Amino acid sequence: MNLFLETLIGGLLAGTMYSLVAIGFVLIYKASGVFNFAQGSMLLFAALTFVTLLEKGLPFAAALAVTIAILILGAILIERTVLRPLANRSPMTLFMATLGLSYVIEGAAQGLMGAQVHALDLGIEDVPIFIGDVLISQFDLVAAATAVTLALVLALLFNNTRIGISLRAVADDTRAALSIGINLNRIWQIVWAVAGIVGLVAGMLWGARQGIQFSLSLVVLKALPVLIIGGFTSIGGAIAGGLIVGAAENLAETYVGPYIGGGITPWFPYFLAIAFLYIRPAGLFGERALERV
Amino acid sequence: MNPASAALRALRRVALPVGLVTCLATSAFAVDTHPGPDSDKQFFPIASYRVGPYASAGVQIWAAMIDYLRYVNEVEGGINGVKIVWQECETEWTADKGIECYERQKHGLNGAPVAIYLPNGAPAAYALTDRAAQDKIPLITLAYGRTEATDGRVFPYIFPVILTFYSEASALVNYIAEREGGLDKLKGKKIATVYHDSAYGRETLEPLELLAKTYGFENIQIPVADPGNEQSSQWRQVREAKPDWVFLRTWGVSTPVAIKTAVRFGFPADRIIGDVWASSEEDVLPAGEAAKGYLALTPYPAGASFDIHQRLKKAIIDTGKSDLRDTSTFGSVYYNSGLTDALIFVEAVRIAQKKFGNRPITGTEGQWALEHLKLDNARLKENGFYGLVQELQLTPADHEGGGAARVQQWDGTKWTPVSDWVQADRALLRPLIDAKSAAYAKEKGITPRDLSQDLSKQQ
Repeated sequence: MNLFLETLIGGLLAGTMYSLVAIGFVLIYKASGVFNFAQGSMLLFAALTFVTLLEKGLPFAAALAVTIAILILGAILIERTVLRPLANRSPMTLFMATLGLSYVIEGAAQGLMGAQVHALDLGIEDVPIFIGDVLISQFDLVAAATAVTLALVLALLFNNTRIGISLRAVADDTRAALSIGINLNRIWQIVWAVAGIVGLVAGMLWGARQGIQFSLSLVVLKALPVLIIGGFTSIGGAIAGGLIVGAAENLAETYVGPYIGGGITPWFPYFLAIAFLYIRPAGLFGERALERV
Repeated sequence: MNPASAALRALRRVALPVGLVTCLATSAFAVDTHPGPDSDKQFFPIASYRVGPYASAGVQIWAAMIDYLRYVNEVEGGINGVKIVWQECETEWTADKGIECYERQKHGLNGAPVAIYLPNGAPAAYALTDRAAQDKIPLITLAYGRTEATDGRVFPYIFPVILTFYSEASALVNYIAEREGGLDKLKGKKIATVYHDSAYGRETLEPLELLAKTYGFENIQIPVADPGNEQSSQWRQVREAKPDWVFLRTWGVSTPVAIKTAVRFGFPADRIIGDVWASSEEDVLPAGEAAKGYLALTPYPAGASFDIHQRLKKAIIDTGKSDLRDTSTFGSVYYNSGLTDALIFVEAVRIAQKKFGNRPITGTEGQWALEHLKLDNARLKENGFYGLVQELQLTPADHEGGGAARVQQWDGTKWTPVSDWVQADRALLRPLIDAKSAAYAKEKGITPRDLSQDLSKQQ
């Protein structure tokens, strides 16, 4: 029973780390209906910028502030050079643009900051905490708290501020939003900047665990099944999807893995996601698309 | 029909079959080197990966190769007077780009021929196995690739020199035996292998099974799927199994994550022994404090105090001629691996020149040289690699040659060697290798070379 509980809790906590990555996708998808292929590169760029500034001697807070400023500038640049010229094009065109963007961002990150591996110490010890005989990671607890806090802040931002309401209007009906004077370009800039900051938080936590290096961008592979399960348009769905994926993959690895050769964590979430696609194509919290035919 | 068009038709009838026959015939022979102004030089192609997820390792490896080649050119005047030219081709560590680079570089550079090709990556190495044999260009796959290529009868053009994964597994067991007080003390011990669930990771399943049966230890195998950035369930299994030692055969991010997760689950880092691809600074630095005490096997230990480093420092590093952008990585594990690769190339060319003359060496001559490569301690002292590279002797039947590794320990800031060369029990593992190479030969319809003539010449 202890093993089951420990696996379940460990999986749920690990799942919140996946949610952090997935939230970045949700933000951009909500505002523009585009799956942002460059989210992983943005996450890498943000974390690499932060750790490079730290290594240059900047205090933690200053490095964080400068990185956020760079991400905001980056968002404005992306909106001006990539999104604005492609406004009113099909979602597939925008998707392909983000695909190209990911190469540009990765190349810029490696060209400007090098290819070395960086250690990142956030001051959160990765030590075990025992509740009875059940082992829980302190680092995972902090990461889970961060994810939940971030989700709450974003929920407040989107539900209670003018920007948030504008964003929801754009997401619901872009043309109607434009007709009542909402500045679509400004909304895109804000959303990409917020997605970058979410990427920074996710990149810092994942980077503290595995080091900040080029392959950090691969953590987004975990986000796709999370999004399919939770829905592409819901931050709460990203949290729920992350929890489901984290718990399911850990339980499956522990109880099913030994019978089928082990190492099943990479594909099991996708297997689960396909099952969800059959039952609930829009995900648990996703909006069902209704089209007039 | 006018005579001109009749002649043209006749020419076509003759030219087409002749052309086809010529193509088929030449494909069975070594590739030609395209003529050019550098025909008096030796070409060293570098299939590099300076971008992509493995670039952090790559930049140090290529820098070391280039630094050593530059040193040989500038300080030693080339290899017996033959200057080396090199050219990089970006593979991003992928098979498709690896093949493209090979095809682009196999004809040499401005007339300088290719003696040896380094695919620098398992995907490209596997993909080039047949092409290299057809083109008669030997491939060096140091510490990666097919273990069965040790059998030169079936794989005349593949050289997994110095240390294969089978030897690595055996060296690990022998090192643990040293620590436990002898091979007889292994009986009843538990050795868990946490391995990358890929061709590379699965390579040690078979030898470890044999070693466990031979020495009586319990062999526990736990796979970690790529990329391995979440390993709680694997280390929970380790904790449940309570092994005496863990052999960590991971790669990339899965190594620091494994070390951190192991320590979180209460498994001490100084009972974990990493393999060749989990033994660099990049593997332990991200793990921070958790990696203190971590052990790792390596055929090219870290350190900049070897004689070759003093020579390079004086001639290349201090004069600003190094290819390293960050000279703090001078003497890192990856840098030293690049030096070792470059050394094998230079020494093989030197040996070939003894037989074929002091001139640029071709692929077939390079293959002969590798099969007769001998690096004893006296030679290693001469070229400055003593302590960094083990004694090595290759034969047509044995393309590995060494089969030893040193164990180094991470103290939080640097690696320190904690063992001398630990030799693998290669005789015990050889039947496994022969069985695999025989299966490969059967599958591909290859008739193994008869080496009796070569062996009698050696005796």
